[in-house]
Amino acid sequence: MTGVSDTPGPLASAHAIAAGVRAGTFRAREVLEEHLARVEALEEDVHAFNLVLADSARMAADAVDADVAAGHDLGPLAGVPVALKDNLCTRGVPTTCSSLILGSWKPPYDATVVQRLASAGAVVVGKTNLDEFAMGSSTENSAFGATRNPHDLTRVPGGSSGGSAAAVAAAFAAVALGSDTGGSIRQPASLCGVVGAKPTYGLVSRYGLIAFASSLDQIGPLARSVRDAALLLDSISGPDPADSTCLQDDPPSASARLEGGVEGLRVGLVRELAGAEGISPDVVACTRDAAEALSGLGAKVDEVSLPAAVYGLSAYYIIAPAEASSNLARYDGVRYGMRAANHGTDAADITEMYLRTRSAGFGAEVKRRIMLGTYALSAGYYDAYYGQAQRVRTLIIRDFEAAYETFDVLLAPTAPGTAFELGAKTADPLTMYLNDVCTIPSNLAGHPAISVPFGVGDDGLPVGVQVLAPALGETVMFQVAAALEAAAPPVALPSILSAGRTG
Amino acid sequence: MTVTTTDWETVIGLEVHAELRTETKLFCCCRNSFGEEPNVNVCPVCLGLPGSLPVLNRVAVEYAMRIGTALHCRVQSSIFHRKNYFYPDMPKDYQISQYDIPINAEGWLDLPGGRRVQIERAHMEEDTGKSTHVGGGGRIHEATYSLVDYNRAGVPLVEIVSAPDMRSAEEARAYVDELRSILVATGASDGKMEEGSLRVDANVSVRAKGDGQFGTRCEIKNMNSLRSLGRAIEYEAERQVALITDGGSVAQETRHWDESAGRTGTMRSKEEAYDYRYFPEPDLVPVEPSDEWIASVAASLPRLPAQRRSEIAAASGMGVESESVVTVVRLGLDGYVDAVIASGAGERGTAIAVRRLANEVAAEIGSAAHLTEPAFCRLIAMESDGSLTTAQARTVLRELLDNGGEPDAIAARLGFEAMEAGDLEAVVDQVISAHPDEWSRYVAGEAKLAGFFMNHIKAATEGKADMKAASALLRSRSA
Amino acid sequence: MSAMAARISTGDVAHVARLARLELTPDELERFTEQLGAVLEHARDVEALDTEGVPPTAHPLPLVNVLRDDVVRPSLDRAEVLAAAPAVEANRFRVPRILGDAP
Ligand SMILES: [Mg+2]
Ligand SMILES: [Zn+2]
Repeated sequence: MTGVSDTPGPLASAHAIAAGVRAGTFRAREVLEEHLARVEALEEDVHAFNLVLADSARMAADAVDADVAAGHDLGPLAGVPVALKDNLCTRGVPTTCSSLILGSWKPPYDATVVQRLASAGAVVVGKTNLDEFAMGSSTENSAFGATRNPHDLTRVPGGSSGGSAAAVAAAFAAVALGSDTGGSIRQPASLCGVVGAKPTYGLVSRYGLIAFASSLDQIGPLARSVRDAALLLDSISGPDPADSTCLQDDPPSASARLEGGVEGLRVGLVRELAGAEGISPDVVACTRDAAEALSGLGAKVDEVSLPAAVYGLSAYYIIAPAEASSNLARYDGVRYGMRAANHGTDAADITEMYLRTRSAGFGAEVKRRIMLGTYALSAGYYDAYYGQAQRVRTLIIRDFEAAYETFDVLLAPTAPGTAFELGAKTADPLTMYLNDVCTIPSNLAGHPAISVPFGVGDDGLPVGVQVLAPALGETVMFQVAAALEAAAPPVALPSILSAGRTG
Repeated sequence: MTVTTTDWETVIGLEVHAELRTETKLFCCCRNSFGEEPNVNVCPVCLGLPGSLPVLNRVAVEYAMRIGTALHCRVQSSIFHRKNYFYPDMPKDYQISQYDIPINAEGWLDLPGGRRVQIERAHMEEDTGKSTHVGGGGRIHEATYSLVDYNRAGVPLVEIVSAPDMRSAEEARAYVDELRSILVATGASDGKMEEGSLRVDANVSVRAKGDGQFGTRCEIKNMNSLRSLGRAIEYEAERQVALITDGGSVAQETRHWDESAGRTGTMRSKEEAYDYRYFPEPDLVPVEPSDEWIASVAASLPRLPAQRRSEIAAASGMGVESESVVTVVRLGLDGYVDAVIASGAGERGTAIAVRRLANEVAAEIGSAAHLTEPAFCRLIAMESDGSLTTAQARTVLRELLDNGGEPDAIAARLGFEAMEAGDLEAVVDQVISAHPDEWSRYVAGEAKLAGFFMNHIKAATEGKADMKAASALLRSRSA
Repeated sequence: MSAMAARISTGDVAHVARLARLELTPDELERFTEQLGAVLEHARDVEALDTEGVPPTAHPLPLVNVLRDDVVRPSLDRAEVLAAAPAVEANRFRVPRILGDAP
């Protein structure tokens, strides 16, 4: 999406909002009310949120304004309305993962990223919908109902961070946080026509992110511009003593070279992903257009082969469920969340209580993945499945390392197609899983990738293109993404915004 | 055909869980302490709350390395795994434990009796919470419901796994005793079995003597003291022998020791065995101690029990396997021996000190705190130079243990001044002239009558006589 | 790869569901068996890969020795912790009876 505005309005950028609030040009409260009015008008149609935090957001915005009035130093996100995926822990505020099993659980602590947003001056407007425990690619697997794509309310927003992507596309928030385990930020960003980035594994603390697959999960930004995505990422990245897997050195800056252009940069178009089975021709065309645009700007573009990348999907659908089967064992009805048959008859024994609670509390997709992962780890199958998948992971990393000897960044499609109709892929899990084929390799390797809108499909809906970079290559990745964004054909506003239903 | 247990050999391997004496838990900053109000030392990490992540305690790693080094293990790079099973005292429904790549591998421990027991591994893992069973007399199987306290969840453990190298309940007890001394000496654990700091599971099998193959083993759990460990092993060995001699066979299973009934019972058969679905813990990174770190841990270790025993044996002229030497080191009384040696006592004085410690002090180990090293050294000096007789020294020592104080003052208060040499001679002569017949026989060579005269001398001096001096006098009079 | 040769059966799925403490209706058992079979079938493409001598990657990071100091920090407020629990008694978490000893 191009053409961000410098005054508060539906498309005001996070940069512009923070600058205006800091300068006293307008108040954080005004910005917030303007966003809340849009939520009021459109949320019923979109269902981006599990919970809108109007009251606490107003208090936070007023606090920012009071700080401005008092002449205090303000953070880089001063007064910026932010939406949080509802798998990020917020102290005293329900955090559901869009699952029944968490009941009305209120975490007794804030996720590290939530603390960082607060100290950056951000205003949290709500907790966004997701596929239950982030397992899905359409945000239809939510215990609280599906989210709809603001560009076409009959279609999915992608997933699992579909609520965050839709909230940003519908301008319910200037920016949002999502989590990406196999493409869960980038794929919905692509389908909703916004920017979404998965950082290098370990760049952003996972403390307080409710785990799906620990060795793959990363928190990242969704925004309507590359620049805002970079601003948000720079506000949350960096070492955290509460996460052993968080990198301990100063993080690379995502914002450092946004104006750097691509002159002389070497860009590899990933042959296997651009031409993978199931990628629709209009998406392939957009990806090739993007490559050409970069070439036109002075980048050296060539094709590159990542032979093992196509095996990523199989490896991912072993590794992620395996880790998930263990991560989700703790939802057992003992310490927090729901316990089945808590009223009426108590379970006869602890095993019956576990069975009843978990069967009633988890949805079908979560059960499928728990069973798949349990099977892959169980006695006699570990080597054939989990062990082999971990070796595939090594092969994919080796392919990437070889490619980055020749190229600075790589280019690939984000999703195989544009936003699909609600219900179109729910019957067949495997078809749904194929949505992640282009995004998964970066998760398996732990490398960063960003999806940038570039053109539209045959149906007129947004298409995203991915820029992939080596570990800690965020600076060059955002540099190329910014150039791509500037060269992209203009994208129409989401229909619900252009229909003029709000000011 | 009658087969008795004497034709059979018991084969025992032990798994010992030792809680480490860290300030905080293994993966979070909650206090590691015993006996507090329920659920006060809990946080998002040790409660397994969604979104929480573990961070490894440096001191716990260092304690684990101390234990490994003391057990002559290879201290190596290691990783953590998840051991998955559902159980209410396990907050995450998996335990973070080390699996195929433990921090300590392949060591050994020498029992005081001389047998060497191989150590397969000594790995780090987290402890579970604790359940209280309500109804049914507090027994798990008869309870109506249970209550869980997570204060202990996440407390650091080192699990020490021995090879099946022990051959009797007595050896198994000696192993645990020696291991406990080592753990306490390294400072890594307090070794308190009664508080659950040290917990032992036993793998027990039997085989006909001379058989090269191991029999099918059973794992026995829930032994809360050295005594129950010994009883459980003996019971289990007899049970297995009876099964086999009756023409049956032993089923591999986990068994539970019932202390009050004095027998083991089936807990879980092999078919019901858990499928733990181990996989590498993705929330933690590998532990790779540098050579420098390993060396500094080794250098920081105090002298360990085996070394202490040989030092004390050498200084006292007693054998390394002497029961007294073993006891003094096992009970941690060796510091008194060091003090006695440093005070200039020779071999004889040191031997006296070891005996006093292994007998009188060991019997009242609880009051050893009253006994200062200087007081003990003075007491040993007084006994060595004859100012106190053995009986007097024991009396003074008991007083020191009960109330503390200064040996000279206590001896004076009790009237234990040493007899003047002339006084003793007078008594000896008096006793000789009172028993002329016995004296003639003694002089003629009936040596056993020495005891008769010594008893009379002792009685006549009310125990104040230095019996060695009296014996010398007796010999010189008869010459 | 012989373990992958046989397609997952309803018996396998029932066993796995039990391990994972999930209770399935007969319908669910049929459907999940079908669906898991299809996913595992797809996973067979990794069989084509020669992974002889390829080490497994458990983790994308080269980090080692991430350790913290042994210093106590405040624990959570017990009342807040217990308030989140489905059932509590005597400041402990109450659970239905436990049939087996801990492993
Ligand atoms: Mg263990
Ligand atoms: Zn804790």
